[in-house]
Amino acid sequence: MKRYSVFAVAREALRYHSGWERAWRSPTAKRHYDVIIVGAGGHGLATAYYLGKNYGITNVAVIEKGWLGGGNTGRNTTIIRSNYLQDPSAAIYEKARGLYENLSQDLNFNVMFSPRGVLMLAQTQHEIRGYQRTAHANALQGVKTEFVSPQRVKEIVPIINLDGPRYPVLGALWQARGGTARHDAVAWGYARACSDMGMDIIQQCEVTGVRVEGGRVAGVDTSKGPIDCDKLGMLVAGNASVLSEMAGFRLPMESVALQALVSEPIKPCMDVVVMANTVHGYMSQSDKGEMVIGGGTDGFNNYTQRGSFHHIEETVRALIETFPMVSRLKMLRQWGGIVDVTGDRSPIISKTPVGNVFVNCGWGTGGFKSIPGSGWGMAELMATGHSSLTEAFTIDRFKEGQFIDESVAAGVAH
Amino acid sequence: MLILECPYCGVKAEESELHAGGEAHLKRFGPGSSDAEFHDYLFMRKNPRGVHFERWRHINGCGKWFHAARCTTTLEVFGTYSAQTLEPPQAIRDAVSAKRPGWSWRDLK
Ligand SMILES: Cc1cc2nc3c(=O)[nH]c(=O)nc-3n(C[C@H](O)[C@H](O)[C@H](O)COP(=O)(O)OP(=O)(O)OC[C@H]3O[C@@H](n4cnc5c(N)ncnc54)[C@H](O)[C@@H]3O)c2cc1C
Ligand SMILES: [Zn+2]
Repeated sequence: MKRYSVFAVAREALRYHSGWERAWRSPTAKRHYDVIIVGAGGHGLATAYYLGKNYGITNVAVIEKGWLGGGNTGRNTTIIRSNYLQDPSAAIYEKARGLYENLSQDLNFNVMFSPRGVLMLAQTQHEIRGYQRTAHANALQGVKTEFVSPQRVKEIVPIINLDGPRYPVLGALWQARGGTARHDAVAWGYARACSDMGMDIIQQCEVTGVRVEGGRVAGVDTSKGPIDCDKLGMLVAGNASVLSEMAGFRLPMESVALQALVSEPIKPCMDVVVMANTVHGYMSQSDKGEMVIGGGTDGFNNYTQRGSFHHIEETVRALIETFPMVSRLKMLRQWGGIVDVTGDRSPIISKTPVGNVFVNCGWGTGGFKSIPGSGWGMAELMATGHSSLTEAFTIDRFKEGQFIDESVAAGVAH
Repeated sequence: MLILECPYCGVKAEESELHAGGEAHLKRFGPGSSDAEFHDYLFMRKNPRGVHFERWRHINGCGKWFHAARCTTTLEVFGTYSAQTLEPPQAIRDAVSAKRPGWSWRDLK
């Protein structure tokens, strides 16, 4: 792989950009791999990358039914934060946030990580208490956050209206090192690095069956024929239930649509991410100047990757109260993704009832921020059979009643 | 936009008039059942890609609960029916079969 650098840009500028290589190879699948990863979203690609980087396992295929990064990884609003309440969540999200800090250097690919700060507004007494509790928990977890006053909120976000009639801003949870990154670049950067290690990324190839022999995985059937493997990782987000049933077990999971929209580009007006969870709206400004807006999920099972119009209306209506300038914005595009939601709103990163089949799913509305940490832990789990980062996120926690209940803090999209 | 006809008041309601209530025809397990049955009853919702049977409530209308048969990959509605039944009536199953031959849902076909 030719490295990207300022010298490479200069060299190519002098020869009409004729020397750039393809970022990753598009090989045909081999008959057998040590590890097959299903799903070339951020989580699948990051898992493959850390399998190679941390454990030297490179006879790996990542199989994707569409194009890599075309699932939720390429559809989300890119908010990165780690201010969760429960210890296992804080640990894995903070691991991820920390890895994001140096991800561009590590991958030699600019993922445009921008730790611009994330502000979560408290707009009810209940939220004030909730976020103060989270701030205290974060202090004990070593995650740097603070609860700030409305005056400080106004300093950070001058365009905000503090005394909206329904939901005045009463304070906020502020994580200064949270922010955003470019979602496509995260998928592309990992894919390029995986391909460089000799891994095969097979796109336009749908997994249609999982072959199990003697209680262990033997391989998968795909639209391009059967492929054998020793270990299988399933990281397919909204399609997790479909894949698990192919392997003969079920997951405590439901798939629903989550939407986002962007406005026309405008001049810089807000240099942080603001989330308003009570009214289900959140907003940031992209480098192109568009206001990136996300809302709540639809209430019913859905696999169509498009959501309901009235949710957009509700989201924008709520945001107008807090950001009156939004009322003058034209919206450019709207889209949806199918998110995988578990009973306690926390992910499942786990062994399964089938030998050597591992599952990583249930990130729901908030798994872009966790991609590096999740891949790190999942690779450890698949390579060694155990990971302290992921052990709390087993499927069995529902049986044991050991929930990682983040639905209070993270029941909305983000 | 999803439009369901309330089987009680006959109103064709669009979804902001309705409240989704999740998987239909659940069998309750509680005291006296096995741990596995109780676990499945609490957490293992069916999450099919295709034909699905659900509970809905006409919340901004007559307020009553009813059932709907729907496709989760196209949002097509096969029909709605009363909540006073333990399984989908034959007419609804026939309507599903007409559009999705060979469908199955739990142990129904
Ligand atoms: C509108 C929206 C906004 C969001 N906002 C945020 C946010 O601000 N911050 C945040 O942290 N998170 C956010 N999320 C959540 C985040 O996008 C997801 O949690 C995350 O991207 C999931 O990554 P993944 O790799 O697990 O799944 P995906 O990126 O969906 O990848 C799964 C892949 O598996 C493939 N696949 C499925 N079935 C098969 C099969 N049978 N064979 C082969 N391949 C298959 C799919 O094609 C897909 O490419 C948002 C999500 C949405 C939809
Ligand atoms: Zn009615």
